[in-house]
Amino acid sequence: MEIKSPIPVIPAPIWRDIKDLQEYERLRQQRPEGDKHSALFESVTDGIHSFPGGFVVTTAADAFLNWARKSSVWPVTFGLACCAIEMMATFASRFDVERLGMVPWASPRHSDLMIVSGTVTIKMAPMLLRIYDQMPDPKWAVSMGSCANSGGPFRHGYHVVKGVDRVIPVDVYVPGCPPPPESLLNGLLLLQDQISHFRRTGKRAEPTPKVD
Amino acid sequence: MTRAHAATLIGERFGSAQVQGDAPFVVIVPVDEWLAFADFVKNVLGCRFFSFSTAVDWKEQGLEIVARVDNLDEGISVVMKTRLAPGVSECASLVPVYRGANWMERECFDMFGVRFVGHPDLRRILLGDDWVGHPLLKSYAVDTPYPPYR
Repeated sequence: MEIKSPIPVIPAPIWRDIKDLQEYERLRQQRPEGDKHSALFESVTDGIHSFPGGFVVTTAADAFLNWARKSSVWPVTFGLACCAIEMMATFASRFDVERLGMVPWASPRHSDLMIVSGTVTIKMAPMLLRIYDQMPDPKWAVSMGSCANSGGPFRHGYHVVKGVDRVIPVDVYVPGCPPPPESLLNGLLLLQDQISHFRRTGKRAEPTPKVD
Repeated sequence: MTRAHAATLIGERFGSAQVQGDAPFVVIVPVDEWLAFADFVKNVLGCRFFSFSTAVDWKEQGLEIVARVDNLDEGISVVMKTRLAPGVSECASLVPVYRGANWMERECFDMFGVRFVGHPDLRRILLGDDWVGHPLLKSYAVDTPYPPYR
């Protein structure tokens, strides 16, 4: 019987020197910022702001828009692993994120927030990116749990993305393995705080320091 | 069929095989008798249930292929092993005998790079098609960077 030709054998790049690897990781982590907001939004707000007296309009409008944005953050339900259980508990009645205006929504096209809850494998990362790309601007991402923050206990596995910030830009990192609902809720409140300080040009506030 | 009967049958038919234990039988066969032994185990000993198949990487001593089959009616289990020579990654496929070996051997190829000769559809099953290398081999460095997410 004829065997189908297998994948051609290419020698895997082997990084035995840990210093090389650290340098590589440092370079990978420097993500360009500013891929979140449409250029149109920035140019329109810039134009109004530079008009005489326009800054009054933009600041008032910004305050209103930020209030509206932060009061209706709809997270897309994107559960990847055991963190998703805690995320579901957060969405359920005991912790009740709906009082903060958050409605877990099963479509990325109507959502503002992606909670990456769980281990991102290399095979899943393109799908994650695709779902993220389908969300309309402005959009936010919360990295929930050690696995999504840095790879966590699976960091040295061959199949794990070492931090979801290598795939999408992340605003809030929630530590824990898994984070309890209180912890995620705290992360969501931090995110609301960030959203309320949204800048005139659409540039976002600095992300919270990464805690692993 | 009793276990003692099965042991004598294995000894008669495959003189070069080493048999260890009887629950389950652990039988180490030469690699060229791999498929013939599987055929014998299925049709003579009646082990029709293919449980699993995998490989062990013994570094310089080469790979070892392991498969377990069961006769659920009479309680006979056979763990069959074979050693590949160092540097060799070709082995006869069990798919002509056991259809259940299909995906198991695909996984074995995926993780250990064992080329199963006679397999109808040998391609990766768990990892992506563009994956480089076979990660469960001992020679695969743990921190091998995988573009673009590593």
